[in-house]
Amino acid sequence: MSIILSLLLLQAPYALPGEAAVDPYVADNHHAGAEPFTGDGMAKAFGGQDGIRRIVDRFVAINFADPVIGEIFANHDKVRLKRTLFEQFCFILNAGCTYSGRDMASAHKDLGVQKADMNRLVETFQRAMSEEGVSFQAQNRFLSKLAPMRDDVIEK
Amino acid sequence: MTCFRPFLCIMLALAALSPQQGMARPIRNGGKLLLTNGISSLEGASGGGLTPWAVIAGNETSDGFGLSAHGTLVEVKDYDYQSAGVAIGIRDRIELSYTHQDFNTNEIGAALGLGKDFAFSQDIFGAKIRVAGDLVYDRLPAIAVGVQYKNNNQDAIVRAVGAKGDEGVDYYASVSKLFLSRSILLSATARLTKANQMGLLGFGGGKQGNHTLQFEGSAAWQLSRRIAIGGEYRRKPDNLNIAREDDWFDAFAAVAISRNVTATIAYADLGSIATVKKQRGVFLQLQTAF
Repeated sequence: MSIILSLLLLQAPYALPGEAAVDPYVADNHHAGAEPFTGDGMAKAFGGQDGIRRIVDRFVAINFADPVIGEIFANHDKVRLKRTLFEQFCFILNAGCTYSGRDMASAHKDLGVQKADMNRLVETFQRAMSEEGVSFQAQNRFLSKLAPMRDDVIEK
Repeated sequence: MTCFRPFLCIMLALAALSPQQGMARPIRNGGKLLLTNGISSLEGASGGGLTPWAVIAGNETSDGFGLSAHGTLVEVKDYDYQSAGVAIGIRDRIELSYTHQDFNTNEIGAALGLGKDFAFSQDIFGAKIRVAGDLVYDRLPAIAVGVQYKNNNQDAIVRAVGAKGDEGVDYYASVSKLFLSRSILLSATARLTKANQMGLLGFGGGKQGNHTLQFEGSAAWQLSRRIAIGGEYRRKPDNLNIAREDDWFDAFAAVAISRNVTATIAYADLGSIATVKKQRGVFLQLQTAF
C-alpha cells in the first residue's frame, strides 16, 4: 500500500484530483524555463494570483476551443495544464508560487507544434491578457520571458 | 551539380531548405505576429519605409510560402513619387522582390530642361536571405544579407545629369530585433551603393563613381498589437556634381488594419533632390501580405 502511495506521489508531485499520471520527474523551479521578474510590478500588472488564475483559465479555454490549435490541446489533461501553467506564470511573474511541472521540452515532446502554432498561441494569450486588462507593454514584458522557450516547444 | 532542367533545380533547391531531421512538417498557412513582416521599403525589400529589415516578405513561417504586394505614394514639395511591387517569402528564409518606381519632376522638369512632368522611372529586382536569428523569439537578432539590381532605362538622360550609367547593384546587410521587454524594434543596415537618389538619377557621378558604404536605421515602438510608430534615417551617397544629395529621415505610424493589410503614413524629409532643396512631405503605403 505504502509503495503504491509513494509511487503515486512520485508520479505527479502536487497533483490535483482529476489529473492523469505523468512519467516520474523531480520538480524544480528551473523547469519553468525563465528566471522570475524581480519586484512586485509585474505581479501587480497581472492582478496578482487571482488575476493570473483568471487569465490562465481563459487562456486554456480559448486554446481548447481554437479552430487552428485546438486539436493540439484536444487530448491534453486540462486540469493539470491549468495548474502547471498557473504555477509557471505565477512563478515567473514573481507572484509568490513555485513551479512543480515538467520542463518545456518534456512537456511539449511529440505534440508537433509548428512555428505558426506558437504565433497563434501568442495571439490567444494576448487575448486572454487583454480581457483581464493587462497593458500591452506588460504583456510584451512577460512574453519576452516566454519567447526564448520556443525552441523547446516547437517540433524541430 | 549540373542543372539541365531549371524547374527541377529550383525544386531541389527548395527541398534543400526543408527540415533535415525527423519527419517533414506539413506546409501550412499560418501566421507571423501582426506587423512583424514589416512594410515594403521604397526599393521593395520588406522592412521599414526607407530601409530594409532582416525580415522576409509575407506572413508565413519556416513552414510556408508568403506573398506581399504594395503600393506607395510620396508627395514632397516639388515632386510626386509612386511605386508598386510584389515580393515572395520562401520558408521565412529567402525573399525575392520586384518593384517599379516612377518619379515625376512636375514643374522642375521644365527648369532642368527635361520637360514639364518628365518622370524618371526604375525597375528593382531584389533578393534577400535571412542567414541567422529571429526578429521575435531567439536571443540572436535576425540577420540578413541582400542585393538589389536597379535599372532605370534612361541612360542618355542620367548621363546628361552627370551619372556614369543607368544600372547598378546595391549590396546590404541588416540586423533587426524586436525587444519584447520594451516593445521596441531596432534595425540597422549597412549598404554598398553607387545609386543617386536610389538610382532614379542614375549611378555614380563626378564626385564619386564607385560604391560607397552607407548606414541606415529604423526604430519603432509598438503601441498595441496593431499600431507601431517610429522613425528612420538613411545616409545617402553624394555622387553628382550638379545636385547635392542629402540624407533621408522619416517619422511613421503603421497600422495593421487586418491580418492581411497594413497601412503606413509617414512624414518624410528627403532633403535636396535634383537641385531643389527641402523636399519634405508625406509617405503613404498600403501593403497586403499573406
